[in-house]
Amino acid sequence: MDELLKQWIPNVVAYKTRFFSSLSQTLEMTVRSGLIAFVIGLALGVLLTVTKKEGIRPNAILYRVVDVLVNLFRSIPFIILLIFLIPFTRMIAGTAIGVKGALVPLVFGCVPFYTRQVEAALASVNPGKVEAARSMGSGTLGIIFRVYLHEAVPDLVRATTITAISLIGLTTMAGAVGAGGIGSFAINYGQNQNHQDIVNVCVIILLVFVSLLQFLGNLLSCRTTNRGLFVKGERS
Amino acid sequence: MIEIRNLNKTFSLKGRSVDAVRGVSLTVQDGDIYGVIGYSGAGKSTLVRCINLLETPDSGLLRIGDSEEITVENGKILTGREKTPIKEKQLNAMRRSIGMIFQHFNLLDRSTVFENVAYPLKYTGLSKKEIRDRVMEMLQLVDLTDKQDAYPSQLSGGQKQRVAIARALANHPKILLSDEATSALDPDATESILGLLRSLNEKLGLTIIAITHEMAVIKSICRHVAVMEDGRVVEEGSVYDVFAHPRQDITRHFVASASALNRVDKLLKEDSPLVRVQPGELLVKLLFSRDSVGDSVISEISREYQVSINIVLASVEVLEGAPLGGMIAVVKGSEEHIAQALQWMEAHYVEVEVLRRG
Repeated sequence: MDELLKQWIPNVVAYKTRFFSSLSQTLEMTVRSGLIAFVIGLALGVLLTVTKKEGIRPNAILYRVVDVLVNLFRSIPFIILLIFLIPFTRMIAGTAIGVKGALVPLVFGCVPFYTRQVEAALASVNPGKVEAARSMGSGTLGIIFRVYLHEAVPDLVRATTITAISLIGLTTMAGAVGAGGIGSFAINYGQNQNHQDIVNVCVIILLVFVSLLQFLGNLLSCRTTNRGLFVKGERS
Repeated sequence: MIEIRNLNKTFSLKGRSVDAVRGVSLTVQDGDIYGVIGYSGAGKSTLVRCINLLETPDSGLLRIGDSEEITVENGKILTGREKTPIKEKQLNAMRRSIGMIFQHFNLLDRSTVFENVAYPLKYTGLSKKEIRDRVMEMLQLVDLTDKQDAYPSQLSGGQKQRVAIARALANHPKILLSDEATSALDPDATESILGLLRSLNEKLGLTIIAITHEMAVIKSICRHVAVMEDGRVVEEGSVYDVFAHPRQDITRHFVASASALNRVDKLLKEDSPLVRVQPGELLVKLLFSRDSVGDSVISEISREYQVSINIVLASVEVLEGAPLGGMIAVVKGSEEHIAQALQWMEAHYVEVEVLRRG
């Protein structure tokens, strides 16, 4: 086995430790920034849904502020955002380099995108359901959790999958601030040293990551869709 | 009792303001089934949403049962005589005391029938077992106990509306608002939902306010009716009176839409042989109401005045236990006799309208 690997991907084997550490860096960045972005994006998406004009708690000022900020950060290319945020990152995380330094820009790059996805998912919840919940005396929190989030779960799963996949894409650029990861491994050890096998392996690894996520997402979203729809012969 | 006084609601849509409800006052007695009929855009939906304050009126007064009266001034909801601004908790408690059902049912698709009915019971202080018992009680009421684990997508429209009714009544409200509850249902399901509402009204003493654009619904279950046009209530009264003596054009329209006699207009337009009259004959429309039906009007006049009556269309319905109806008929006889016969009928509370003279 070892022989075979050495023959096929000699340079990857030579830089084995670096390869695995960059793998774990990518995973760490994705998971940590992903979790933070998940919470913030979900909260902001809910906020936009609730405070918009037809929402259950209209608040024009709050809506406008979040709306503009989301648009603003969405329009900045990530590589620019990465360096633009360096002073801010240093303030929050104490450092602007390494995995730790990459987390802040990753969250900033991911949240606006995810917020819009969440907003779209919640918008697909029939307003009639919200009205019914109001007529039954549900308060704002009750409607958010028991109607909006509850009914939109399959859509939210889909949105989260898409966002997680695009987040993996973002982490490959984090090498620019010395965060390492698959992306910088591919550039520094593959492209710069002319080791095509390293680049190839990196591509395959990323493909596997993305496919796995997509598979998981599809599975979850199917599982959470009204089960009744999949009962044979009972579809109305 | 539900009392609505001088309720107003204006929407501004793209800079244009629309008066959805204009100075509406209504009183609905406990245990009544009160219909509100009107074309779409007449403001009836807004009106009913103002009752449980899903829509905040601009101004007006609401008295619902024994709860504190609610005054609305400049879009601010105030309670009690001291007019303190309403708190969200009070508002939600008030909504819980009024059930509501909708045209499109608005069930949670990712919840089972059981979970849907249990929805309004959560956070009301009931234990798990009490909730389970209450849900089963409700499902029994609407005859759906066998569907408790089904999802809404597995149910027919009528069944969905039954679930919605069970859900709306789970908190034992005394009032049920029905917003076009049968408009999305086929005739059979409509019939069965209307029957259910009627029986709930009788069994539980439930006060029902039903909004509809179909006169058939009013006819089938309501005891009182208000007719709305352009945000105003233009006619109001017991269903029988409104049906028997519609005063407004729009009411006449609705009444006609529910009457088989309406078909005569089509026959006249097509000049059907059924409504063709020979010289000396008269095509008349006779409308009977409480005071006249039962008297053997037709046999009486044919005997007394030697006129022969040829019935083209006839339709008599029973409203609130009293018959109401009419017929289209061709009257044949001498001119003098016909005139006398018509006079006699009018004296006996038969409304006579001459449609065609031969």
